[in-house]
Parts: sequence; C-alpha cells; structure tokens
Amino acid sequence: MKDEVRYSSIETASQSALALANRAVEQFTVDGAKPLDVIKAPRELWVAEIRRIQQHRDKQAFAALFRHFAPRVKAFLMKSGTSDALAEEVAQDVMATLWTKADQFDPSRASVATWIFTIARNRKIDMIRKQRRPEPEDIGWGPEPEPDQDEVMALRQDTELLGQALAGLPQKQRDLVQKAYFGDLSHSEIAAQTGLPLGTIKSRIRLALERLRHELK
Amino acid sequence: MAEIKHHLSDAILLAYSAGTLPEAFSLVVAAHISMCDTCRAQMESFDALGGALVEDMDSVQLSDGSFEATMKLISEKAKDPIKVARRTNGIFPTPLQEYVGGDVDDVAWRPIGMGVKQMILPTSKDASARLLYIPSGAQMPDHGHEGTELTLVLQGAFEDEEDHFGVGDVEIATEDVHHTPIAVGPTDCICLAAADAKLKFNSLIPKIAQPFFRI
Repeated sequence: MKDEVRYSSIETASQSALALANRAVEQFTVDGAKPLDVIKAPRELWVAEIRRIQQHRDKQAFAALFRHFAPRVKAFLMKSGTSDALAEEVAQDVMATLWTKADQFDPSRASVATWIFTIARNRKIDMIRKQRRPEPEDIGWGPEPEPDQDEVMALRQDTELLGQALAGLPQKQRDLVQKAYFGDLSHSEIAAQTGLPLGTIKSRIRLALERLRHELK
Repeated sequence: MAEIKHHLSDAILLAYSAGTLPEAFSLVVAAHISMCDTCRAQMESFDALGGALVEDMDSVQLSDGSFEATMKLISEKAKDPIKVARRTNGIFPTPLQEYVGGDVDDVAWRPIGMGVKQMILPTSKDASARLLYIPSGAQMPDHGHEGTELTLVLQGAFEDEEDHFGVGDVEIATEDVHHTPIAVGPTDCICLAAADAKLKFNSLIPKIAQPFFRI
C-alpha cells in the first residue's frame, strides 16, 4: 500500500514535469519548426552509429561515438572521485566494451547514452571498487531481431524530454541529482523530488516488459 | 507466480542503478528485479537518468593516443566470451544461482538451530548475504542486525503482526524494526537476506532505508 502511494506521488510529480517539458518543446513550434525535428536531434545519429558497428564493424562510426562519449564518460568517472589516470583507463575500457557488446544494444529499450552509462557503472564497480555486480537475469528478446521503430522513436522522445528537463533544472537541483549518482547517497532523496519525467519512461519500459513476457509465453 | 506486494524502495533502486550499493545488497536487488517487472522498470528509468547525466557532462581532455589505445583494447577483448544471464529451471533467479553454484538442491546448508539452516554467500565484506531455510511454523532467526536488512522470499512465505511476505516479496527492515516473523504456509520458507556488516558499519545504508519520498 505504502509503495502504491509512493509511486503515485512520483508519477504525479513526473506528470507535471513532463507538462513543463512539453510546453518547452511547443515553444519551438512558434517559428514553424515541428517539435519532432527538435526531438530527433543528435541521438538518432548515435543509434545509427551503433547499428553500423553491429552490422559492418564500422570504425568511423565508432570513432564518432568515441569523440562524443569518451570525454563525457571520463568526466563522469572523475566526478565520482576517480583520478585522471584511472578515469582514462576505465573510459577506454567502457568504449571498448561498447564495441564488443554492440550486438546487445536495443534502441527500443534504452538510449545510447543510457546504455553507455550502464557499461560505465559496471566497469567502475569492477575496475575501481573491485566488486562483482550481480545483474538481473535477462528477459531475452522476441523472435524478431528488428526492434519496433515506433517504440524506438517513443523512447527517443522520452529521453530527449528527460535531457531537457534535466538541463532546465536550477543548478542546485542538478547538482543534487548528480551527487546521487556520484555516490553521495544522502542527497538522493532530494534528487527524486526534482520532478524529472521518469514516470513516462518507467511506464513505457513497463509496457515493453509486459509485451515481452506475453510474447515469451 | 503470485502478485508481488512488497517492492524495493526507490532509494535502493537508485543506489543499485548508480552502482553504490554493497555487493550483498546488489545481489538481493538483482534477484528481486529478476522476479519483479515493476522494480525492473523503475530501475531502468533510473538508468535512463544516469544516461541523461552522462550526456549532460562537460567533456574533459582525453590522454594522447586514447583512441588508438582503445582500438588495441578491442582487439584484445575480442577473445572474451560474452555472458548473458537467462532464466533456467529452478526456483532461484539467475544472479543467485551464480552465487550458490546451482539451484535449491545445490545449497550447502548448515543448521543453525530449531530446524533453521543457512548458507553464507561469498560477497564483498561491506555487507553479508545468506540464504535461510525456515521450516513452516518456525520463527525467523533473530539476525541482531544493525542498519538495514533486506529479505527476499524465494519459496513459501513468512508473516509478522502486520504483513504477509510471499514469493518475490522483499522486506526492508531497519534496526528499529522489532518484530518476530514466522514462516507460514504449506511449504518451508527459503529467503535470501542481506545485511550491513556488523563490524564495518556503512553509514550510507541506514539512510537509504528511510522513507524516500516526502513529497
């Protein structure tokens, strides 16, 4: 019961943040551009780059991903208190893992940035904290190897809105969200009160999981 | 599978997503998420926030030759096998099977009195994880824990004065919870429990068991 109350509060908070984010997107339409054009921006490219690695082992696509993400992953690790040298080593390892595990990336389930975040988190635990990370069992994907393009697009839009909402937070609140991920847990409860649109992403993932469970039956 | 009523808190799911939990707690979280799509979706939405944070980072300078070093690493990594954990037969979720070295029949139980048995699982020392076997009708052992304890039901059920915990349910107990849960139902109860290491007290853990949302 308590959980239900809790989830409904986060969803209410998320809904209002989403409404805000939507209004921000609508403002782009004033001069005639469609919001979708804004939303499509750079992340679509990253999905295409990953696909080119999956299908053609394309080194140029990898180089583009590397230029964009390696300096950010390194920055993320350094913010967590890792030295420059170790952050460099782990960031290289993260990018190498991206190449070797490219086949596992599913754009209907996570954005490229999210996928890279999970790799960086896991490599950090392994290489810096020297611990194992127990992973939930994989549900496995349905018979068709091609992800549903509507789902890919929907997740991309959610991701973009989340990024915009994060960028739009007052600096203080953004710092708190970051601290929750950089290991300063005492601030995490505040992070969850910033009203970021996580509710929609959660709902979408939940639907995808239900469909998947149904297909696997 | 029965409906799961007792879930992980958002604070714990966020800490798991951020990668800041001790290994023993991560094991319980991974096992519960394997059984609970509600918590899986919530955890993945916290992953999405982590992704947004990475995207939001200001770039820092890479070392000279960073790209070439990475390409070299790729050629070395190409030989590593890629492991994907998939559901197998048995009552234990896959992440737990990896720690036990099999399923329920492979557990190296040790009796600890009153028909109760346990197996300590090999995790890092900042917290401990163990499997518990409690005959139906028997009282759950008093763990004498400090800080937080997570207990996930894998078979059977237990209940205390207020709540019933069935398969997939996870109980989040803090040091100020004083209760006497009893295993109930037709089958004996098997649980996976993780607690802060007594000697090396981790001050972060009590905080994450606090009620998370005060909206």
